[in-house]
Amino acid sequence: MQLICGANGGNMDRRKFILGSTSALTGGLLLPGIVSSAVAQDLPAGAVASGILDALPGKRPLIKRSFRPPNYETPVSYFREAFTPNDAFYVRWHTGVPDIALADWRLHIAGPGVKSEREFTHDSLRRKFKTVEVAAVNQCSGNRRGLFNPHVAGVQWGFGAMGNAVWGGVRLKDVLEDAGVTASALEVVGNGADAPTLTGPDFVKSLPMWKALDPDTLIAFEMNGEPLPKWNGAPARLVAPGWTATYWIKALVDLTVTDKPFDGFWMKTAYRVPKGMFGASGFESQDTEQNSPITAIKLNSLVVDPAPGAVLERGRRIEVLGIAWDGGSGIRNVEVSLDGGKTWRDAKLQRDLGRYSWRQWRYAIKPEGAGAMTLMARAHARDGSTQTDTLVHNPAGYHHNVVQKVDYHVA
Amino acid sequence: MSHKDAVRNAITSVVLSASIATAAADETSIRLTEGPGLTQVQASCSMCHSLDYILMNSPFQDKAAWEKTVNKMVKVMGAPMTADDVTAVVAYLDSHYGKVAPTAP
Repeated sequence: MQLICGANGGNMDRRKFILGSTSALTGGLLLPGIVSSAVAQDLPAGAVASGILDALPGKRPLIKRSFRPPNYETPVSYFREAFTPNDAFYVRWHTGVPDIALADWRLHIAGPGVKSEREFTHDSLRRKFKTVEVAAVNQCSGNRRGLFNPHVAGVQWGFGAMGNAVWGGVRLKDVLEDAGVTASALEVVGNGADAPTLTGPDFVKSLPMWKALDPDTLIAFEMNGEPLPKWNGAPARLVAPGWTATYWIKALVDLTVTDKPFDGFWMKTAYRVPKGMFGASGFESQDTEQNSPITAIKLNSLVVDPAPGAVLERGRRIEVLGIAWDGGSGIRNVEVSLDGGKTWRDAKLQRDLGRYSWRQWRYAIKPEGAGAMTLMARAHARDGSTQTDTLVHNPAGYHHNVVQKVDYHVA
Repeated sequence: MSHKDAVRNAITSVVLSASIATAAADETSIRLTEGPGLTQVQASCSMCHSLDYILMNSPFQDKAAWEKTVNKMVKVMGAPMTADDVTAVVAYLDSHYGKVAPTAP
């Protein structure tokens, strides 16, 4: 028991946390992997079979999608906490994972878009610039790709290629302004210490100047008050709140401010959505006639507890716990339907932890009739957007934010 | 001990043993189906990534989709594969991890 449940951190009982509540106990806790049966029905069969629980050093057992590079998904049960514990936070790499001692770490800033080059150590950066914190969801662009129908190739993520954390570090804006941004500056190109195995393209991403200069965009060293785990980008990573995690360059070592659109493979070819399918990208210098870079996270919600497939006790009142988030406009309300979408009632939103954080919600139910029961949940954002009823299929498997239908059994 | 506690304890021990059993797993535990082309798959694909990428991406890719994937590995990622390697690997992936035809209603 202590091995799994007695560890540090978090603000709730780990035992309850791992086991789930009533749902997990009566629902036969879905093993292995604490993967819900609903996800198993939707993922490719091969992804279900190979998605075992496995613990990277320093991490709790997570759902292994691939060993090398390490791609590990957070089981949904961990989302019962407002902030995802660092040792349960998902892991996503395109290449090998750099291991850089803090004392050896350097950040180099250069390019035609700055007046003078800069190089910082961890100490010099921390001493020179103010430390700030931002609560934000970090979500992989391909989160829920595995649920696409028809399936598309790629890492077959379920619901857990995301997490919510408080990110601590210095503002990218302060650092860029120290180097002096020129009038011709167009994009800020971030590169990490990771490198491809063969001759493939290095994983390098750019941000438009407005996003790079947003006061909430950080060079972060900390996550939930602790140094970043190497799996999540130590010693430093970019934090681009509201945008998908592809821009949150891990093991960041180099920033180049360009006066031309950066045309590396991971910008020009990968991480693209068909033009107009999901609205304006907000990244005009990277838009083409055909497509746009994936940028802001789409409004979404998730039922966390009871887990799909749980057996609920007839006549017993329970609270359904869920989360909702978007790209930063904030959650206006979350509605729940118990009659297949005919009528909807508002869930109770929990504390607002910031516009880039997810928002927890609760909804009390008292199942009366025995048998199958379906709960639907949909969020509405402050910017007027809502979730989609049917999947907006796209070649790379991005932005799955279909209104969730969760099946329970009442007995 | 109440019934619920008993259930809880039983589940805990299963979770615990499942975690321990899998905590030591690594990519050598991956088993692909034997067949012509497996040697080339192991030699080429595992230079850069573990072979669970193949399992994970099955069985929904037809031969053309696997061909596209393998060509991307050669042209974009720099996999040093000969034309014969590509042919063998694509044939293997299609035979063992290719799209399963939907069953007739």
